[in-house]
Amino acid sequence: MKKSLGAVAVAAAMALSLSACSGSASSEESATGEISYWLWDANQLPAYQQCADDFSKANPDITVKITQRGWDDYWSTLTNGFVGGTAPDVFTNHLGRYGELAENKQLLAIDEAVEKDNIDLSAYNEGLADLWVGQDGKRYGLPKDWDTIGLFYNKAMLSAAGITDDQMKDLSWNPEDGGSYEKVIAHLTVDKNGKRGDEPGFDKNNVDVYGLGLNGGGDSSGQTEWSYLTNTTGWSHTDKNPWGTKYNYDDPQFQESMEWFAGLADKGYMPKLETTVGASMADTFAAGKSAINAHGSWMIGQYTGYKGIEVGIAPTPVGPEGERASMFNGLADSIWAGTEKKDAALKWVEYLASAGCQDVVASQAVVFPALKASSDKAAEAFQAKGVDVTAFTEHVKNKTTFLYPITDNTAKVKGIMEPAMDAVVSGKAPASSLTQANEQVNALFK
Amino acid sequence: MTTLAKHSRSAPAASASPKPQGSHRRLGDLKIALLFIAPAMIGFIAFYVVPTIRGIYLSFTEYNILGDPEWIGLDNYTAIAKDPLFWNSLAVTGQYVILNILLQTALALGLALLMHNVAKSTIIRGTLLLPYLMSNVIAALLWFWMLDYQIGVVNQFIEWSGLPRVAFFGSEAWAIPTQALINTWRHMGYTALLIFAGLQAIPSHVYEVAKLDGASAFQTFRKITIPLLRPVLVLVLVVTVIGSFQVFDTVAVTTAGGPVNATRVIQYYIYQRAFTESDFGYGSAIAVILFLILALVAFIQMKFLKGNESDLD
Repeated sequence: MKKSLGAVAVAAAMALSLSACSGSASSEESATGEISYWLWDANQLPAYQQCADDFSKANPDITVKITQRGWDDYWSTLTNGFVGGTAPDVFTNHLGRYGELAENKQLLAIDEAVEKDNIDLSAYNEGLADLWVGQDGKRYGLPKDWDTIGLFYNKAMLSAAGITDDQMKDLSWNPEDGGSYEKVIAHLTVDKNGKRGDEPGFDKNNVDVYGLGLNGGGDSSGQTEWSYLTNTTGWSHTDKNPWGTKYNYDDPQFQESMEWFAGLADKGYMPKLETTVGASMADTFAAGKSAINAHGSWMIGQYTGYKGIEVGIAPTPVGPEGERASMFNGLADSIWAGTEKKDAALKWVEYLASAGCQDVVASQAVVFPALKASSDKAAEAFQAKGVDVTAFTEHVKNKTTFLYPITDNTAKVKGIMEPAMDAVVSGKAPASSLTQANEQVNALFK
Repeated sequence: MTTLAKHSRSAPAASASPKPQGSHRRLGDLKIALLFIAPAMIGFIAFYVVPTIRGIYLSFTEYNILGDPEWIGLDNYTAIAKDPLFWNSLAVTGQYVILNILLQTALALGLALLMHNVAKSTIIRGTLLLPYLMSNVIAALLWFWMLDYQIGVVNQFIEWSGLPRVAFFGSEAWAIPTQALINTWRHMGYTALLIFAGLQAIPSHVYEVAKLDGASAFQTFRKITIPLLRPVLVLVLVVTVIGSFQVFDTVAVTTAGGPVNATRVIQYYIYQRAFTESDFGYGSAIAVILFLILALVAFIQMKFLKGNESDLD
């Protein structure tokens, strides 16, 4: 902690007096020594430490120093590092961020190495490798893992309500009346007097258990909040993906879906947005305040880890076009353009993206690795722990995924959409107000 | 101070031409003085003057920190004038400052009077300072959990007393008052201590005379304590007003500007534009505007409340 604070202070001080500078590497030194690697998910640290140890064993003249930093500080510390010259050689990169980093020339293009070392890009789950090719046509990362969305539910609450696991697998949804998804959510909602949400006399202002939990307004992507519904109607966030230049929050179809979503809170089936500031959605689920939570596959460990709660996982509902939909997000490892250990960093990135490391990650059953073969091993590892993860994997198998919207200006888009979505989901503004926010967003691309 | 006074008194006796020697002596003092000032001066220049000037320069540029700043003249300022979020942040910050200052000053004055007249025990006086010893972030997080809508202890008590739960941080109406109250809780002990020091500086004979003249306790407070305390109160006001304009950490660790824009205070908005959205030029321009606002507020306070004069002289 002390060290990281010091690093921030140094980086900040340098930012005040220096402008960006980048080191150049001499080729002999760049293949040996210590390289630094950053990631943000503490749950994955043990797996990657194992990878680093294995890597050093195979390459005795290279050591890897791993630093884990929480998501909240990760990106600002990284930016300070870029400016101050203290950024890690290799770091875990996010689709929402890498476009801007590539454009500001902070990432090393790795096309040559990928070609020279004959890395088989088709071994990764479909589409994952293409995500990391920037607007300039150059590759800035090799895929490490992926995630999709599913419905976590409290088995005891469902059996008390007479809803079976098979019913959960067969849910359908539409923006007009919410389909069987809304019926189940309504039935699972219970007020303080024990009346269910679909019974006469239900008191929506005194709800004990909500049918559906709420994470937040979802800002620009709605990754776990609403995109698994809105994108079943044929709507998509941007005109094309990746590198779209026009967002579609003004589409009446999307606004109709959002109107339905916000309506759940109004009907008392979902907590009001204002009550979700604070304790996390997963923790309130564990406290028995909600029956179903839509959340990402990276949360499997947390949901199944709560003591005394039996958790089932169902796929997201089928939409009006007859298909399910889930956002497909992937992480990759990228190399900082200012690294002095270019060759060692390349070797490490290639190892992280290889079966050697991804099988280690798979065996820990925390996330799904990017390689197809390793993904299957992860699913088996989850199965061995007693967790059925087909709700997440079938999206990939059936090709019902859509990509996380990759564009320029993602931070600014989020800055505009966060308050706008909050206003809609909290019922303070109609969904049609998103048209105006969308104009602001699209003005960023002119 | 004392050496100067001694010197001026002894000078005429010691020499017939005191003037050149005096100025020579003063120059000698200057060197030593500079030596002693140097540590503070270096810090002041490195961490205040240089960043301020650089910040002012950056406010006229477009700068995403990874590239080079590009001069764009007044564009940032004209954009800010048309930015509804900037005006919203001013309004929200103003609301926070007013709530915070009114509560904090009133409570601190009350506490200081109690410390002065009733609670003479050092332990009790020390206890009042305890919240101030906690870091802002810890205090904010502590209350964030205690005031949580679903699982917070405060809402549990509210429910037991038969009232509806309150979304202290989640509701637009409550978010700013809640944060103002948390910071009042943390700072009032410290502010009370400053006022308490001022109270101790008021000579007791003034109170004795008032007593002899038959003044009531309220009259004594209004006619003697407040006027004689004014310089300290003004100082406290200037410091606390500037301090509360700079509210950031409490917002950053709890609501992060939300719900909607209800707590997007000006410091948080600067941080968002600069560090989250990589628009350092725009962020710097808002910071410069905040700097001007604070300078103006401090000036007005000093000027109209006559903070640099004391009625004791």
